[in-house]
Amino acid sequence: MTSIDTHHAAEVSAPTPAIATWLTSADHKIVGRLHIGAGLTGLLLGLVVAVLVAFERIDADGYQILDEGAATQALALARNLLSFGGVLPLLLGLAIAVLPLQIGSRSLSFPRLAASGFWLWLTGLGLMVASIFGNGGPGGGDSDLVDLYLAAFVVMLIGVAMTATSITVTALTSRAPGMGFLRAPLFTWSSLVGAASLLVTVPVLIGTTVYVYVDHRYARLGFGGNKGVNEWIGWATSQPFTYLLAIPALGIALDAVPVLTRRRLVERPIAFVLLGVVAIAGVSAVTQTTVTLPWGGDSFFAGLGTKIADLLPFVLLNVLPVVGILAIVGLVLLSLKEGKPKIAAPLVFVVLGLIGILEGAAAMILRTIEDAGLAGTIFEAGEYVGITFGTAAVAFGGICYWGPKLWGRRISDKAAIPLALLTFLGTVLGSLPYMVAGFADQPAGVLDGFEYSGPQELWNALTAVGFLLMLLATVAFVALAAKSFLSGEPAGDDPWDGSTLEWATSSPPPDDNFSDVFVVHSSEPLADMKASSTGKDA
Amino acid sequence: MLALPAAAAPAPRRQIFLGTAIACAMGTMLIGGMLATWLQFRADAPLRESAKRGFIKDWMPENIIVPEVAANMMLIAFCVACVMAQWAVYSAKRQDRAHTGAALGMTVIIGLATLNAQIFIWTQMGVGARDGAFHSMFYAATGAMAFLLIAGIVFTAVAAFRYLGGRTKELEVVSSHALYWYFLTAAFTAVWFVIYVQK
Repeated sequence: MTSIDTHHAAEVSAPTPAIATWLTSADHKIVGRLHIGAGLTGLLLGLVVAVLVAFERIDADGYQILDEGAATQALALARNLLSFGGVLPLLLGLAIAVLPLQIGSRSLSFPRLAASGFWLWLTGLGLMVASIFGNGGPGGGDSDLVDLYLAAFVVMLIGVAMTATSITVTALTSRAPGMGFLRAPLFTWSSLVGAASLLVTVPVLIGTTVYVYVDHRYARLGFGGNKGVNEWIGWATSQPFTYLLAIPALGIALDAVPVLTRRRLVERPIAFVLLGVVAIAGVSAVTQTTVTLPWGGDSFFAGLGTKIADLLPFVLLNVLPVVGILAIVGLVLLSLKEGKPKIAAPLVFVVLGLIGILEGAAAMILRTIEDAGLAGTIFEAGEYVGITFGTAAVAFGGICYWGPKLWGRRISDKAAIPLALLTFLGTVLGSLPYMVAGFADQPAGVLDGFEYSGPQELWNALTAVGFLLMLLATVAFVALAAKSFLSGEPAGDDPWDGSTLEWATSSPPPDDNFSDVFVVHSSEPLADMKASSTGKDA
Repeated sequence: MLALPAAAAPAPRRQIFLGTAIACAMGTMLIGGMLATWLQFRADAPLRESAKRGFIKDWMPENIIVPEVAANMMLIAFCVACVMAQWAVYSAKRQDRAHTGAALGMTVIIGLATLNAQIFIWTQMGVGARDGAFHSMFYAATGAMAFLLIAGIVFTAVAAFRYLGGRTKELEVVSSHALYWYFLTAAFTAVWFVIYVQK
């Protein structure tokens, strides 16, 4: 076998202190783990704030937990932490850590860019959170800290863009010989689609934020001052932008489920197209518009031409991405039906998380039909919770699946599977009651002072319980992952009998990932090799 | 460890060029998004009666005079910078160190002159960002363009230092910097038309 000379600087130079390694390393596995660790922390903090917000909503007669003036800030803090502090870094981290291994590359492209992106993201996020605590942020009363919030938001987004650039260039340029796009693992493809979608949408968000910043700092005549912050940049923590964050999660499912069900995904080309179809949501995100369907009138045929004109953008921008998600869920279920599923933690997390994503995405279609009367209600929060918690659950599944590769130790299935069920329960309870309350016209963006006929306290209490369950599940998952990282059972190089290249190297991988450059002849090179070595038909 | 067929080390990929292309795409979205918001504000502005032009959009105050000559010169300078950047690529491919260095140096100088023209426009207009929505958005949009321009100047300077420092075989950085200047020219053409011509 032809081997490539690899560099082992540690053997010839003095060992670097561990803390310095973590702070300065450009090794994609370390940068990925930093993202994952920070993402789990951000998710936990976001859930704590979300729980407080949810409990505040139970009694709509006066503020009990939060300050009256802090409602907008608390809502913004929760969503920023959940989306940009939790789900996004978790998925970026998995992509950074796993993608080069999956494509047989010895490193990430522009690794220092990715490392710098992490630290910029962390700095920006930290300043954002600090500014909100100091009465800045959307609707904040301290003008300077509102400015700081906006500036920090831009810094954080630049960090995200840097990391996404690194992922995109790696996926495009560093694949092993013979690995065309259709042979690339689906998580690689989904990470590429997700990162490219971010690269298209994030600059628009940066531009808008710059406008809002300059206007807020100097004029306050065009963008509504502190009250206008959410109006102009709030779309970044709402649908359909959240779909873009979920795209890599769909790739995790499409990679992990066939392995864990021992069924080759014969519909791979369709899966490639479906992931692209979901990315159509980026068009709505970039244009910052939600297409709605004004389907009024007495009969179907009255004003049919106008209806078709309304229907076309609605189907393209709202329905098509959801159809993509639905079809991916269908492929996963097909694998479960036709394969021989191993009931392992990644499988349970991924399947249940996908259901949460689908629930939230499908609900958005309903909200955008004007006759449903759900615009401006808390129904949107239900969608957000479904997609975000579902994506987080799939990311947990990804950590269970690839954790053994990243740090060489398994996460206990026995302990993790109940957490997957708890996460699912938290997702359902956290989202569905909000949707029901939305039908009862509970307004969005307020924590107090609303009233409608019906058990409004019940719906909000159920949601609060859902958030609490999600928080408990996340705390327990973090503890479990930490235990696995420190003292888990050794995993072996290929614990899941995988089919892609990341399982062809040791666990954890050496500095340069692979000592050999592989020639790839199919989409599942390792599975083919195993089949040929055992004499089975590939 | 399982053995898959091994291959020779893969040929170097054009990662810097691709990274630059991605940066250009992001810059396009940044400027495109900002100009779209600008046009939206302009379209939403109410009508007012102008002494010279009848009813017009109440967007840019009539007392503001945009130094159009400087803006036009900026556009021309961007085009010239592209020629210089391409000259650098042409010379670098022929291992002509003197011409490459001159071309890269000229690109930096033209970039600095363009930046100077932008500062001249800001100074000559004599309006403050506090004076209205038009004013703050004008500074934000042209400021973003100036930021991209500064990035281009730094990129060219880095390319020049690398090339003149002896890395004359690495043409990718030189060709990538040329790509970036083409992007800058296209972006400024849009800014010039929307902000300086249409206003």
